[in-house]
Amino acid sequence: MTTVQSPQTAETPAANRQVVSSEILPEEQHPSSRIDATDVTCWFGKRKVLERCTLSMEPGEVTALIGPSGCGKSTFLRSLNRMHELVPVAAIAGTIELDGVDIYSEEMSPTEVRSRIGMVFQKPNPFPAMSIADNVLAGLSLSGMSNEDPKALVEQCLRRAGLWAEVSDRLNEGGMSLSGGQQQRLCIARALAVHPDVLLMDEPCSALDPISTRVIEQTIRELCEEITIVIVTHNMQQAQRVSDKCAFFLVESIGDPGRIVEAGPTAQVFENPSDPRTYDYVTGQFG
Amino acid sequence: MLERLFAEHRLQLEVDVDMSLLDERPVDETPVPEPQDQEPIEEQVPFRPRALVRSERVEILLSAAAGVTGSGVMCLLFDWTHALTFAIWALLIFLVSVYLLARDSQSPIVATDRLITTLVWTSGGIAVAVLAWMLGYVVVKGIAGLNYEYLTSDMSKVGPLDDGGGVFHAIVGTLEQMLIASVLSIPIAILTAVYLHEIRGRLAGIVRFVIDAMSGLPSIVAGLFIYTVWVLQGQGPSGLAAGLALAILMIPTVTRTAEEMLKTIDDGLRESALALGAPQWRSVMQVVLPTARSGLITASILGVARAVGETAPVLLTAFGSSSINWSPFNGPQADLPLYIYQLLRQPNPAQIARAWSGALVLVLLVLILFVLARVIGERGARVRGGSR
Amino acid sequence: MALTSPELQALEEQVPRDIARTVTRGDRIFRTLCASAAAVSLFIIGGTALFLAIKALPALQKAGLLSFFTTSVWNPTVGDFGVLGLLIGTIIIATVSLIVAVPLAIGLALFINEYSPARIRRVLTSSVDLLAAMPSIIFGMWGFFALQAPLVGVASWLNLHLSAIPFFRLSEPDAPLLRSSFIVGTVVALMIVPIITSVSRDVMAQCPRSQCEAALALGGSRWGMIKEVLLPFGKAGITGAVLLGFGRALGETIAVALIIAFTIEANPYVLEQGGGSIASLIAIKFPEAQDLEISALIAAGLALFGMTLLVNLGARAIVRRTQIAA
Repeated sequence: MTTVQSPQTAETPAANRQVVSSEILPEEQHPSSRIDATDVTCWFGKRKVLERCTLSMEPGEVTALIGPSGCGKSTFLRSLNRMHELVPVAAIAGTIELDGVDIYSEEMSPTEVRSRIGMVFQKPNPFPAMSIADNVLAGLSLSGMSNEDPKALVEQCLRRAGLWAEVSDRLNEGGMSLSGGQQQRLCIARALAVHPDVLLMDEPCSALDPISTRVIEQTIRELCEEITIVIVTHNMQQAQRVSDKCAFFLVESIGDPGRIVEAGPTAQVFENPSDPRTYDYVTGQFG
Repeated sequence: MLERLFAEHRLQLEVDVDMSLLDERPVDETPVPEPQDQEPIEEQVPFRPRALVRSERVEILLSAAAGVTGSGVMCLLFDWTHALTFAIWALLIFLVSVYLLARDSQSPIVATDRLITTLVWTSGGIAVAVLAWMLGYVVVKGIAGLNYEYLTSDMSKVGPLDDGGGVFHAIVGTLEQMLIASVLSIPIAILTAVYLHEIRGRLAGIVRFVIDAMSGLPSIVAGLFIYTVWVLQGQGPSGLAAGLALAILMIPTVTRTAEEMLKTIDDGLRESALALGAPQWRSVMQVVLPTARSGLITASILGVARAVGETAPVLLTAFGSSSINWSPFNGPQADLPLYIYQLLRQPNPAQIARAWSGALVLVLLVLILFVLARVIGERGARVRGGSR
Repeated sequence: MALTSPELQALEEQVPRDIARTVTRGDRIFRTLCASAAAVSLFIIGGTALFLAIKALPALQKAGLLSFFTTSVWNPTVGDFGVLGLLIGTIIIATVSLIVAVPLAIGLALFINEYSPARIRRVLTSSVDLLAAMPSIIFGMWGFFALQAPLVGVASWLNLHLSAIPFFRLSEPDAPLLRSSFIVGTVVALMIVPIITSVSRDVMAQCPRSQCEAALALGGSRWGMIKEVLLPFGKAGITGAVLLGFGRALGETIAVALIIAFTIEANPYVLEQGGGSIASLIAIKFPEAQDLEISALIAAGLALFGMTLLVNLGARAIVRRTQIAA
C-alpha cells in the first residue's frame, strides 16, 4: 500500500514543457496544490465500485488514471471534487485532502471544493444559452465571484486554453457554433477562469479528432506549470505523452470493486511495471 | 439520476432508429468519379421501393371508383342530400371493395392488413376534416360581422334586436384575465417543475400525484372553488376571480410541459455548472432555465391557449357583463368565451351572428398563440439540437 | 507497491463516512421557494375538496345525503334536490363519447406513429394539437349548428336498422332526435380524441423498435405486427389513455350545456332529445341560482370532483406504471 511520490523523470514531457513554458503568460501565478487520497472507497447503493484507493497527486504534475472501462477511474476522479455525491445513492469512505484539508469535512463546502478543483468532462458542453465570452466567465457568475476586468480575463483564459487566436473576433457568438475540439478548449478556458488549483479531466479527448486531441494535449502540458492536473484516459499513448505519473486501475473479476494496481512515474509504469497485470495492460495484451 | 440517464439514452436511441426509418428518401450518394477514369458515370437516381405494386394500386383505384359511384347511385335512389351521408356510404363501399379485391388476388391476411391500413388512413382524414370543417365554418359564419365597429364597441347600449354592438369589452376582459392568470400560474408552475425535476424533494411524489389530479380537474369545479373561497367571501365577482380560476387550470398544464422541457436538458450542463463551484440555485437560474427558455415559453403559451378558451369557470367567477369594465379588480367582467356563450343563449339571429364573429376572434387568438408556441418551440429545439 | 486481494481482506471492512453536506443559504432559500410553489397545488386540491364540502353542507342537510344521490328532482323553492338522473346522464354522455372517440383516437395514434409518411405526419400532429387547443365553446356551437343535421340522419338510420340493440331504441317512433345525448356525446368525443391519441402515441412509442422489426422481419404484415406486438405491449397504457379521455368527458361543461335539451331526469333513450350532466347542470342553473340552490350546485360539483378525481388518478397510475415497466 505504497503511494509513490516520485520526482519527475527527465524524459520527453519535461523537455516538452521547457519549450512550452516560454509561451505561457505568467499573469496569474498562484501556488499549485496537492491532493492526497487515502483509502478511498466508493459505493453506488450497495454496490462497491472502488476500494481503498490511495494516491497522491503532486503540485505541478500531470497524473494520468488509466485502466480498462468500468474500473472506477471516473468515479475516483469525480470523488476528488465531490461530484460523486451528486448521485443520490452514492457513498464514500476514506479521506481526500486538498493541501492537507479533508474536502469532505465540515471545513469545506462542496461549492468551495469545486471552485478550487475544476473539472472538464468527456463530452464538450459549453452552455448553449451563453456566448463564448459569457461561457468563459460563467464560472465567476455561477459561483458569485466578480472580476474587475472581465475582458482581460476572457482573453487570458482563452489564450491559456489555446483558443484565443481562433475565436478572438467572435466572442459574442454562441458557444455551440464552435467545432467539437474548440468547444472542449472553451470548456477548459471556462474551468480556468475561476483560478482552480487543480484541474480534473475526464477523458477530455475521447470525443475529439486526432488534431484537436493534439492541441488539447499541448494545452495540458502548458497548464501543468501552474495547475495540478489529473486526467482519466483510455489512450495509452496519450497517457505517455502528457503525464508525469500514472495510476493503473483494475477490476479483477466481474462484480469486484476497482482498485489501484500500480502507481508510479509514467516512464516506470510503462517501461518497467512491477505488476504483471500492468505489464499486460500497457503492452496491449488485454483491455 | 442513473435511471434518468438510462431512460434518456434509450429515448435517444429510439429517436435515432425512428429517424432512420422515417427518412423519406435515401441520400443521393453519387460517387465522385476518379480523375483518371474519364468515362462519365451515369447520374444515379434515388430509388425508393414502393409500398404497393402496380396491380395493387389499380385495385385501390377500382375500389375508390366503386365507392363513389355506388354511393352516388344510392344517394340518387333514396334521395339523400347530405354530403356526409354520401361520404359515409362511399367509404363503406370502398372498404368492402378493397378487402374483397385483396382477398381475391392475394390472401385474407393481406386483405385484412389493407383494410386496417385504409381504416387508419380514414381516421387521419377524419381528424383533419373535422378541424378544417370547424375552422371553415367559424370563418364563414363569423367573417360577415367582423369589422372595425364590432371590434371597438361593447354591448352596453344595444338592445336584443338592434344592429351594432361589439366585442371590445370581452377582448379587454380576456386580455386582463389571461395576464392575471399567467402572472400567477407560470412562476408557480415553473418552480414546481424545478422542484419535481431539479430538486427532487421529499414531496415530489405527492406533488406529482396532485398535479395529475389537477390536470383532470373539470374546469367548472375550478370555477366553483374560486366562487366559494373568493366570490362568496365578500370579494364579489371580478376579472381577478376569473384569473384565479384560470390559473388553477393552467398550473398543471404548464408544470407538466415545463418538466418535459427540463428533462431534455443535458445532465452534463448541470454537472459542469456545479463543477465550476455553483450552488444549485445558480446552476438552475443561470444555466438550466436559460437553456430551456424557449421550451418554457412554449409551455406557458400552451397553458394560456388552454385557459383562454375556458367558459365555465369565468361564468362562475366574473359573471360576464355587457359593458366595458376596465378594472379587473372590481365588478363583473366579460371575456370572449363567456360573451359567445351568453349571446348563444338568446334565441335571436342578430345575437347569434355576433356570437359567431366573437367565435372567429377567439379562434384567431387561439391560432396566433398556437403558431407562436410552434415557432418558438421549434427554434428552441434547433438550438438545443445543435449541442449534439 | 500493489494491493492484492489477501492483503485487502486482512484490512477491516470500510463503512461509508458521513459527508458534510452543508447547503448554502442561497440553496436553502431556493429549495424552500420551489417547495412552497409546489405546495400551492396541494393547497388547491385540498382546498377544493374542503370548501366545496363546507358549502355543499346546507343543501345536503336539507335534501338528505342519501336522497341527493338516489332521486332525480331539482326544486329550489322547497329545497328538494337529487342528482341521480344527472349522474346517469353524465355517464351516458361520457360512454357515448368513448364509443365514438376510442376507435378514432387509436386509429389516429397508429396512423401517426406507424403508417403516415413524414410530411403527412407533421400536418396530422399539428392538427391533433390544434384540435386539443380549440375552445370547448367552439366545439359546442359548431356541433350545435353544423353537426346536428347530419348526426340526426345517422341517428335515424341507426334506429331504423339497428333497433334490435336496446341502445338504439326510441321511446316512440316519431320522437325528436335533435339535442340528444348521442349528438352531445359525438361532439365531446371529438374533444377527447386529442388526449387519447397523444397518450396512446407516447405509450406505443415506448415499444422496443427491435420487437416490431423482428415481427416484420418474420414476414408479418404491418397489421400483424401491430396486433401481435404493439397492441399487447401498449394494452395497459392505452386503457389508461381511454380512462383519461373518460375523465375529460365527465367534466365537459359548455359544449354539453349548449347542445343538450336539459332534463333533470335520466333519459335512457340515447338517440332521443333530452339528457343532462352534472357539469351542464351547474352551468345552466348557476346564473339564476340563489342561496340554497347554489349550495346544491356546489354539492353536485363536489360529486363531479370526486368522480373525475378517481377516474383520473386511476388512469394516471396505469399510464405511469407502463412507463416505468417499459
